[in-house]
Amino acid sequence: MSSVTTLQDRRSPIHLIGECVLAFVNGIGDLTLFAGRMLGWLLAGPPRGSVIWPTLHEVGVRSLPVVLITGLFIGMVLAVQSYDQFVMMHLENRLGSVITISLVEELGPVLAAVMLAGRVGSAMAAELGTMRVTEQIDALRALGANPIHYLVVPRFIACLLLIPLLAVVADCVGMLGGWFFSTQVLGIDSFYYWFHAVNFVTGFDVVTGLVKSLFFGAAIAVVSCHRGFNCGAGAQGVGRAATEAFVYSFVAILVLDFFLSVASLELLLVLRAVAPWAVF
Amino acid sequence: MPQQTHTSRTPEAPILALRGVSRSFGSQQVLRDITFDVRRGETLAVIGESGCGKSVTLKLMMGLLNPSAGDVLWNGNPISNRTERELHRDRLKIGFLFQGAALFDSMDVYENVAFGLRQNKRLPEAEIESIVVEHLRESGLSPSIARKMPSELSGGMRKRGGLTRALALSPEVMLYDEPTTGLDPVMSDVINELILRTRDRRAVTGIVVTHDMTTLRKVPDRIVMLYPQSRLQPNEPQIVYEGSPAEIFDAEDSRVRQFVRGEAGERIEELFAA
Repeated sequence: MSSVTTLQDRRSPIHLIGECVLAFVNGIGDLTLFAGRMLGWLLAGPPRGSVIWPTLHEVGVRSLPVVLITGLFIGMVLAVQSYDQFVMMHLENRLGSVITISLVEELGPVLAAVMLAGRVGSAMAAELGTMRVTEQIDALRALGANPIHYLVVPRFIACLLLIPLLAVVADCVGMLGGWFFSTQVLGIDSFYYWFHAVNFVTGFDVVTGLVKSLFFGAAIAVVSCHRGFNCGAGAQGVGRAATEAFVYSFVAILVLDFFLSVASLELLLVLRAVAPWAVF
Repeated sequence: MPQQTHTSRTPEAPILALRGVSRSFGSQQVLRDITFDVRRGETLAVIGESGCGKSVTLKLMMGLLNPSAGDVLWNGNPISNRTERELHRDRLKIGFLFQGAALFDSMDVYENVAFGLRQNKRLPEAEIESIVVEHLRESGLSPSIARKMPSELSGGMRKRGGLTRALALSPEVMLYDEPTTGLDPVMSDVINELILRTRDRRAVTGIVVTHDMTTLRKVPDRIVMLYPQSRLQPNEPQIVYEGSPAEIFDAEDSRVRQFVRGEAGERIEELFAA
């Protein structure tokens, strides 16, 4: 024990930085290989209905309450936070526009994804981690099933399809929440709320939000399943896998959000240059 | 105690063999240059202290782990030469009873037993049902157990469920990872009997990893004892005993005698000195 401590003490900060960089590169490489294998199995054939339906139910139906509540309150919070500034500029009737654009392009997809990373991603990592430590994943292989095809592909499909749908639900409920607070508490006319809410948002904004959700869904599934498959031993290992699934998914969502926002902005500028008459 | 009538089986080429197999996890070497055969029809016990690599040996034999060096042979052919598809196909000839049974939590016992059949054999549902019911009956599990979830079962029932699931695919070889660990003596004897019946009725070759001396006396034809690699000298072989169950209790190697008699010996002083 003492010799180990001595060795660790001797490591310079450069060593530690090097170790961190190596661990990071190794982790990214492993995650990429895992995603590649998953895509290979996805293309090999769809999983059976008896496997995919329960996963769709778990990811979609059972996430609905949390997404409804989150979306509703995000919309109302946006109304509360924006009202003061809009009143100062006598633009309070345009509150609907800022609420809708914030929800559709940014907050709806991101917050829905974050909520689902917490609810679905952690649960997936914990479930797969438990299966790993109790040798159920080995048992699948022993019984002739490929664990990636049987366990990961259905979860990936469910997240890819349902997280964008749940983001749309969050957007709609958020708009309703914003409308309720704006009209019933802040006294804004309902007509103006919906007029600006609908007219300010373009098809491009909606598509941007949906594309972001697709990427977020894929990231949550891949990161969470990868954590579950690489879970450490015992209850502590499972707990750590669940926490890591949420933290890494959250980081992935924010990083992807940044790059996708930049990409959508660039695309928008290109489209405007190519077709200046069109409304994007 | 039933008569052991199995020693008269004809010896053939080994159905499973390890040739110079080593396996490390990170910097820790668990197995070093292991070589032994498993003959068709025999039941071999692999014993040794915790951490000596017994379960790893089973997983290497199943192809669930790859050796760091050496080869695992199935019917004389190295599994490292097989494609993923061939490995998948041939792995179905080997059943595995996991230490904790590893029944799938999300399925009841019936679905667990039917899983391998549904996954690999295109059988009508009625035939699957008849196979499942027959195997459950052979393992002494009543039809009412079939619809229970694994969490509702006792340890012994879970082990029998795991054994039934493995046997439903009619394997040629069964690997048992500590089949009686955590069970009361009566249930341990039930599991031992099931292992013997599996061998006698279905002509299944067995490899049993165990710490249980009752199992060791009753079940195997032959025993291989591994010693923890960390306690060996650099060139010392890791297999410290390979022979019959009758002779192991009087083995020349004091480490073997000490293990089967359950004597700590100098280990006590080592532990307290540390």
